[in-house]
Amino acid sequence: MERDKNFILGVYDDEDVLLHAVSEVRTSGVKIHEVYTPYPVHGLEDVLGYKRSRLPIAAFLFGMLGTTLALTMQLYMMRFDWPMIIGGKDHAAIPDFIPVTFELTVLLAAFGMVGVFMISSNLKPWAQPRIFDLRSTDDKHIMAIDIANNTSMEVAKIQEILKSSGATEVNNKSFE
Amino acid sequence: MAHDVQHYNLDQKFDFTAATKKSVFTVLIIGAALLVIGILMAIFGGHHEEAAEAGGHAFHWYERLYANLWINNVYFTGIAIIGVFFFAVQYAAQAGWSAPISRVMLSFGNWLPYAGILMIVTFFVANHDLFHWTHAYLFDTNSPEYDKIIDGKGAFFYWPMAKGSFPAFYILRMVLFFGFWVFFFNKFKKISAQEDQLGGTSHWFKMRSWSAYFIIFFAVSSSISAWDWVMSIDTHWFSTLFGWYVFSSWFVSGLSAITLLVIFLKSRGYLEMVNENHVHDLGKFVFGFTIFWTYLWFSQFLLIYYANIPEESVYFIERLSSDVYGPYIFVNLAMNFFLPFLILMTRDAKRHGIFLKLVCTLIIAGHWVDFFLMVQPGTLGHNGGIGFMEIGMFLVYGSAVTLVVLGGLAKGNLIPKNHPMLEESYHHHI
Repeated sequence: MERDKNFILGVYDDEDVLLHAVSEVRTSGVKIHEVYTPYPVHGLEDVLGYKRSRLPIAAFLFGMLGTTLALTMQLYMMRFDWPMIIGGKDHAAIPDFIPVTFELTVLLAAFGMVGVFMISSNLKPWAQPRIFDLRSTDDKHIMAIDIANNTSMEVAKIQEILKSSGATEVNNKSFE
Repeated sequence: MAHDVQHYNLDQKFDFTAATKKSVFTVLIIGAALLVIGILMAIFGGHHEEAAEAGGHAFHWYERLYANLWINNVYFTGIAIIGVFFFAVQYAAQAGWSAPISRVMLSFGNWLPYAGILMIVTFFVANHDLFHWTHAYLFDTNSPEYDKIIDGKGAFFYWPMAKGSFPAFYILRMVLFFGFWVFFFNKFKKISAQEDQLGGTSHWFKMRSWSAYFIIFFAVSSSISAWDWVMSIDTHWFSTLFGWYVFSSWFVSGLSAITLLVIFLKSRGYLEMVNENHVHDLGKFVFGFTIFWTYLWFSQFLLIYYANIPEESVYFIERLSSDVYGPYIFVNLAMNFFLPFLILMTRDAKRHGIFLKLVCTLIIAGHWVDFFLMVQPGTLGHNGGIGFMEIGMFLVYGSAVTLVVLGGLAKGNLIPKNHPMLEESYHHHI
């Protein structure tokens, strides 16, 4: 069976029920594709077993890039390309360069972080979001389970597990 | 899920064991020994040839002792009052996460009465040797040493007395600040103890009001005390952000001391309900305020360096072009900015004791260097430096403060057991 096509959806009313359900479903051996909630649910990443994002590393690297860029740019301009004496200071007056360096570090770290986040979350402008259940933008929590990822278990068995974990509905959803 | 807080022993008291006392006393004795060696070296080592070139003003070994006393008086007063200040901030900000460690913060205030007495006594003993403005001839228009600039600032020290006589206004401020700080500290301690007995939320609201009053008072008094106790050493010179600069130095070293004490108590099995989430928050405070200190330090430096006005830049010329102090400027920046910034950057470093212990120790030593750089160039000139006397005096003060703070902590319950936000703090998760 093809991946990312056929899903079983568990619909939950309450976030506490959802949090317990996620642990139950995972311990029973079912692999969860993703959980969609109308608002951030505290602790959901933990019960889903997600690893921490590596975004801070990207931020650090982009920040370092900004620092390097700012210092080389200013040194090149002020010392080599067009040396000027400003305020009686040396051509390479490092303390003068610090405010610009700070700003470029922050700017590149921020832009780099936004860019990396968008790429890694597939948030390109022409991306077509897949909607599993429109109610996940209103008042329902949706747990999506990829059938292709759980071939060792029968579909009826998975539906049974979702029901017993507190899902108010269990639906099927297929994408073309 | 409710009332998990009940699982913890809330009546725990810190037991200041003989073994702990002994190790603190050992440090005290090592410090005292180093101090004595330093004093003997200063007496017999001599700076005779330099005394001659200073032009009539002979350098005496006890001047260095006074400068050391003053550095540590100001520094440890700062750490003590920051403990009280940070405690008050928790209430004013209605913070819940910090409830179980609020007594740890407050315990630093126990040093305040000692600090006040030491400060006043040192001022009267050291007087001319520390503060140039205490010389009466500066205000005498007939004297060849008459100083118009200092005369213009004279009222700030001497009002309502005659300039050059008794620095009434200065002493009044010192007494007033210490008096109110100790008053607020005792008030907080009393309300907190009552809360343990009676419970309910009324004490919390009472504490919130008193915290707000204290913060208003501290906002003014911390700045003025920085001008009085530190900036007035370089009497001609002034910097408009000096109060903030000293406050930030105090704040980050106070936060480091609080963090170290929390980690120490946890390693001894106290404060069970404090987990890595609370430690993480403390780590973030330390990390954030090292950057804040650097921001202020650099703001002060950059403007003076860029404008290059002689009466302002003399402060940094005295330090940067001096063989004695020049290197310590960079040591100061490395210890208080670059190393803490790089070590504490990751999330894991802020959550684990070992990194925090390293960085907090570094910062506590580093900000001592910061105060060393504020006090010694103006008082000792090229006769200063970091030697046995400096290290010894720092260890003596540090261990004395530790004894007083831990002694105070051992007197009451470690955790404010009826704090209305304990439950919230237990669920603190970041």
